[in-house]
Amino acid sequence: MGLFTKIKAALKKTKDAISYRLNKLFTGGVLGGEFYDELETILLSADIGSETTESILDELKSAIDKKHITRTEDVRTELKNIMHDLLDFELPDEEYPLVILVAGVNGVGKTTTIGKLAHNFKRAGKSVTIVAADTFRAAAADQLTVWAERSGVRIVKQSEGADAAAVVYDAIQSAKSKGTEVTLIDTAGRLHNKVNLMEELKKIDRIIDREFPSAMRLNYIVLDATTGQNAISQVDLFNEAIDIDGIVLTKLDGTAKGGVVLAIAGEEEVPVVYVGVGEGIDDLERFDIDDFVSAIVDGE
Amino acid sequence: MGAFSGLGDKLKHVFSKLTSRGKLDEYEIKQAMREIRIALLEADVNFNVVKDFISKISERAKGEEIVKSVTPGQQVVKIVNDELVELMGSKNAKLEVASKPPTVIMMCGLQGAGKTTMCGKLGLMLRKQGKKPLLVACDIYRPAAINQLMIVGKNVGLEVFEKGTQKPVKTAEQAVRYAESNGYDTVIIDTAGRLHINDDLMRELEDIKKEVRPTEILLTVDSMTGQDAVTVATAFNERLDITGVILTKLDGDTRGGAALSIKAVTGKPIKFCGTGEKPADIEPFHPDRMASRILGMGDIVSLVEKAQEAMDEEEMRRMEKRVKDATFTLDDFLLQFESLKKMGGISEVMQMIPGMNRLKVGDKDIDEKRIERFKAIICSMTKKEREHPEIVKSSRRKRISAGSGTSIQDVNQLLKQFEQTRDMMRKMKNNKGRLPF
Repeated sequence: MGLFTKIKAALKKTKDAISYRLNKLFTGGVLGGEFYDELETILLSADIGSETTESILDELKSAIDKKHITRTEDVRTELKNIMHDLLDFELPDEEYPLVILVAGVNGVGKTTTIGKLAHNFKRAGKSVTIVAADTFRAAAADQLTVWAERSGVRIVKQSEGADAAAVVYDAIQSAKSKGTEVTLIDTAGRLHNKVNLMEELKKIDRIIDREFPSAMRLNYIVLDATTGQNAISQVDLFNEAIDIDGIVLTKLDGTAKGGVVLAIAGEEEVPVVYVGVGEGIDDLERFDIDDFVSAIVDGE
Repeated sequence: MGAFSGLGDKLKHVFSKLTSRGKLDEYEIKQAMREIRIALLEADVNFNVVKDFISKISERAKGEEIVKSVTPGQQVVKIVNDELVELMGSKNAKLEVASKPPTVIMMCGLQGAGKTTMCGKLGLMLRKQGKKPLLVACDIYRPAAINQLMIVGKNVGLEVFEKGTQKPVKTAEQAVRYAESNGYDTVIIDTAGRLHINDDLMRELEDIKKEVRPTEILLTVDSMTGQDAVTVATAFNERLDITGVILTKLDGDTRGGAALSIKAVTGKPIKFCGTGEKPADIEPFHPDRMASRILGMGDIVSLVEKAQEAMDEEEMRRMEKRVKDATFTLDDFLLQFESLKKMGGISEVMQMIPGMNRLKVGDKDIDEKRIERFKAIICSMTKKEREHPEIVKSSRRKRISAGSGTSIQDVNQLLKQFEQTRDMMRKMKNNKGRLPF
């Protein structure tokens, strides 16, 4: 067996082992201490975090008591319901003109997300402009230009090192005069604890409000599903700076489950709107709560 | 608040309970271990690693050391800290150099970990050490990735070898030959970000490895990574037999538990970390500092080093003497604020100060405006008051707050913070620079 097949087998084994454990857990067994320990492990390994895991399990236990649940299979359903409720938010209908500001820490996939969003809106028959307001990272505008070409939409950009707020200002003016329906703004990656960079983001946010008051505004934060508990801090501080309307959870095509959004839903009340599941232009989907919960609880 | 209350704070809480008693029974140890477990999980240490770690600590804690020690709490903290440092590697690892140049360094990792940026940082660092590095663009997939490396290279004054989007293994091989004939002693290969479960792309890395036989294969990992860090690191290590790890984005507020997980499952040393957006922001990895960071004790050593850069030497000597003589005054405190500014702003520094990490960065309580207020307060004090803050009682406080245009609460807060800082410095002095657990 070659090395590569071995690893493939190993990874499949891991995945199967989780599914097997979950199935064993929910089909046989007794509702004892061991059952809850195993359940805790599953939730923790999905990055749900110890606090939220504990509160989910507490809720589960009281539901089991109240509803006199004895079959482990019913526990599975109950657990999924609890997680589903946590993530269930009412999302506003999109109106046009629409301006979406996309922010997040470095390397989470903002530019790729913008490219996919542009494609989605374009396919839905909307006129789209993307704005290269990441004037910091080397070749960020070039990267975005490739995405603009792929989806066949207009791009507004300036030279590297230009003032991001000025780029946004120009783009808004042009969107207004051209009657663009959807304006997607890509911003530079910034760590949420850098005060100066967050101030720059606030400024961009204010400019859009001031220059385009008739437009519907949505501010999205992009989170990498591989990220652990720090994602809570990210959403908290970005939300404090620019009022976040939704999360785009990227890189869900890997082995990470992105369970931290459950903790975020509880603490920050910010909904997940989209998920990224690959590098292709079609690999952005509307967040489906049932699929997401099933990936954690059923392991598939 | 989970994300903001550091492990150190939680441990302090646990051990304050322990210290207040004479001896430990098994129940108490169990309680403490429960808290440590939660705290480690909140710091993103993988739960399997936590499990092993806890059982190891418990064993040691149950041993006689703890019974014999005068303050059991301190003893447990020491055990936790020692084991953490040991687990992460006891000294910082250096880059290997090939016996026959060029030394080939291959970078690998997931998308967005920071490989391209890190290539520039490594290159700059090596050049400063007198090497002649060549950067090689082998990310042919992400739009404009080659362009990004070209710009990164230009910014740090390093040559970039690129052959467009031809097969990366071919580019890598040509780059090494080019380096040999043009006097480059180090070749840094930037590869595309990839998922560890993408067979084709993982095979591509194996092919590059076979072709150019790198001396170093460095896995670049985002320090904010959660539980999945072990899966990723294991997969890359099994396929490529990596030689080390680079941890990026450590200038964020993550506790960085991934560092512990990765070291535990791969056994490979963490060699460097990325600590900022500028090309010079790369540092060798220090396990002891990382341990205190995961413990939420603050990266006090880095703080001191930064302070040394920011303060001029004369100020430094004066401050050192003040601390030594325990005559640290409000004037010195004021001086500290000035230095803080030079050190890149409050937010960066707060992260590194023990006890301060609880405070939310960007919080109105610790923003720059507050520092300005503190300065105004100190400037409204008499010379005597600055040298002997203990004489500042209620009537003086009233006068000072009026004079500086602040509230009495502000004055109280300043005095309290000053006291805490002075105490901390005294403790550090007593512990010979060690952290005051």
